[in-house]
Amino acid sequence: MKATVKPKSQPNTDSEIWELRLYVAGQTPKSIKAFANLNRICEEKLAGRYRIEVVDLLENPQLAAGHQIFAIPTLVRTMPSPMRKIIGDLSNTDRTLVGLDIRAAD
Amino acid sequence: MSRARHKASGSLEPVQKSPTGIQGLDEITRGGLPKGRPTLFCGSAGCGKTLFATEFLVRGATQYDEPGVFMSFEETGEELTKNVASLGFDLKNLIATKKLVIDHVQVERSEIEETGEYDLEAIFIRLGYAIDSIGAKRVVMDTLESLFAALPNEAILRAELRRLFGWLKTRGMTAVITAERGAGTLTRHGLEEYVSDCVILLDHRVTDLVSTRRLRVVKYRGSTHGTNEYPFLIDEQGISVLPITSIGLNHQVSNERVPSGIPRLDTMLGGEGFYRGSSVLVSGTPGTGKSSMAAHFADASCSRGERCIYFAFEESEQQIIRNMRSIGIDLGRWVKRGLLRFHATRPTAQGLEMHLVTMNKQINEFRPSAAIVDPVTNLISTGTAKEVESTLTRLIDFLKGHGITLFFTSLTHGNLNLERSEVGMSSLMDTWILLRDIESNGERNRGIYILKSRGMAHSNQIREFKLSDTGVHLSDVYLGSAGVLTGSARAAQEAKEAFEARARRQEIDRKERALVRKRRALEAQISALRDEFEAEEEEIRTIVAQEETLEVSIDDQRREMAQVRKADDGALKPVERDARRNQAIRINGKRRAR
Repeated sequence: MKATVKPKSQPNTDSEIWELRLYVAGQTPKSIKAFANLNRICEEKLAGRYRIEVVDLLENPQLAAGHQIFAIPTLVRTMPSPMRKIIGDLSNTDRTLVGLDIRAAD
Repeated sequence: MSRARHKASGSLEPVQKSPTGIQGLDEITRGGLPKGRPTLFCGSAGCGKTLFATEFLVRGATQYDEPGVFMSFEETGEELTKNVASLGFDLKNLIATKKLVIDHVQVERSEIEETGEYDLEAIFIRLGYAIDSIGAKRVVMDTLESLFAALPNEAILRAELRRLFGWLKTRGMTAVITAERGAGTLTRHGLEEYVSDCVILLDHRVTDLVSTRRLRVVKYRGSTHGTNEYPFLIDEQGISVLPITSIGLNHQVSNERVPSGIPRLDTMLGGEGFYRGSSVLVSGTPGTGKSSMAAHFADASCSRGERCIYFAFEESEQQIIRNMRSIGIDLGRWVKRGLLRFHATRPTAQGLEMHLVTMNKQINEFRPSAAIVDPVTNLISTGTAKEVESTLTRLIDFLKGHGITLFFTSLTHGNLNLERSEVGMSSLMDTWILLRDIESNGERNRGIYILKSRGMAHSNQIREFKLSDTGVHLSDVYLGSAGVLTGSARAAQEAKEAFEARARRQEIDRKERALVRKRRALEAQISALRDEFEAEEEEIRTIVAQEETLEVSIDDQRREMAQVRKADDGALKPVERDARRNQAIRINGKRRAR
């Protein structure tokens, strides 16, 4: 399961595109929950400025070592730099925002 | 029912083992770590956990055709490769030949934000991927406890660890898990709770400024194992643990004898020398010639073409060779021919046990038939009496088990009672030779005697022990009314005795000459008597002859007269005449016989 979810709204040209990568291992409840939570948060805070890539480690196990993943699910913010890594199903929105360093919506 | 029986017999099967290839460890664990199960290595920082784990994988890959995965939570692959290169392990080559995979799991506390439920499935995936990529049979996780520091949610972590060990078992991986030692517990985070098949504790202690690494098998489910603490050594060939299977009194004994290199000493030892594989102790005060005896023994061993190893704790190799040349023993040639190996170290360089591990290792490498420890007392000074006894026992048992003749020298101090001071050691020794100073008449001489020698008739005599430029010589001491005489006193006594002997000899010669003269006189006398007798005999014979003639003529005259008178024949019976004649002959014969 490797899918790119296109942002629903047009990106704001003067702000950066957020590139997020979600690592999962198959369609587990935790993975599904994490994906849903991520979509929700992004729509709320980063509407139109984000791109989500889901990496299923069961299909690409070699990526786990290459990207230093040890927990499932793991969300990695590859852009903007620096890279940030948070683990868990993202059900704690405040922590997710802190982890991704997303300031509260204006 | 048959299935039940089958199950029962199946459970009786001994635990299968996976040899580590680490010197000594397989002996302690009776064959290795439990196959297909995780083993926990715990210990404080710097006691060699990572090295044990690495050697386990390297030996597995190189000796047992079992590729391995090293999952490191602390060091990166490059760091690890560099660190173990000093032990002679070429991890790069193993990785290139698909015998090893190193996976460094980087867990940064600062990078981690927990946002909800999670698990460690990614670790399973990584491990599984690495295992499948090379067909691994062995897994190392060094050290899992880094996760405890990184992940705040201990409940999740514990659940995942339990799952991990179960997963490793189902994959049939022989795994080594390392963990830090905690205060009062085996591991800081109680990992022993999960890894229950085999737990090995490593320890690094400093006693009297000397550090010693030790190992203990805390538990090994389903298997017997050595339970003591065993010292181990880390050097350029990896780890070696002092083996213990040799400990016991069940070694084969040999009736073969090995000469001591000093012919008269062999004579004292029942004529043939020491038993092969026995332990010999030569003790004495400083300067009594212990090392010289050791050199003789080494020389004798090497000249039979047997290898000999010389552990020197007082002098360097060069010094020993030079000094022994002065008594006519050239040890240098044996070193050149590879029959003699010196291992010279200062006793204080490391602890007693480490010395023994080193010696053990050297012996395993060199495979000598004789070993010399000169002097063992210096070793003893590095440990307590109890330690010394137990470790020496191990060494001696180990050597005896291999049929190696062991030659110890031991330094005793002049003012101590020699026999008493080493009682602890003496019971381990089969032959005990004592060298001692004999001081008298303003000089010091060396005496040698055999205090004990098990299983052979041996001399109870003190011999004088002399060092010359042709080696050690033994000579008889003088035992007389003045006590034991040695050195010049003995020489004087011997001169005196020689003079007396010469005097006695002369007296005997004189007496013999007198006897000859006497015999000659007697013989002269005898021949004079015989001459006299012969003269007399002749005279008597003449008389007898005359008388016979006379008688015959009388008879004739009588017959003539009878004829003249016409007498009857019966007047003179021939019988009568014969009897008279016979009598004359008898008288004659008797005289001749006399």
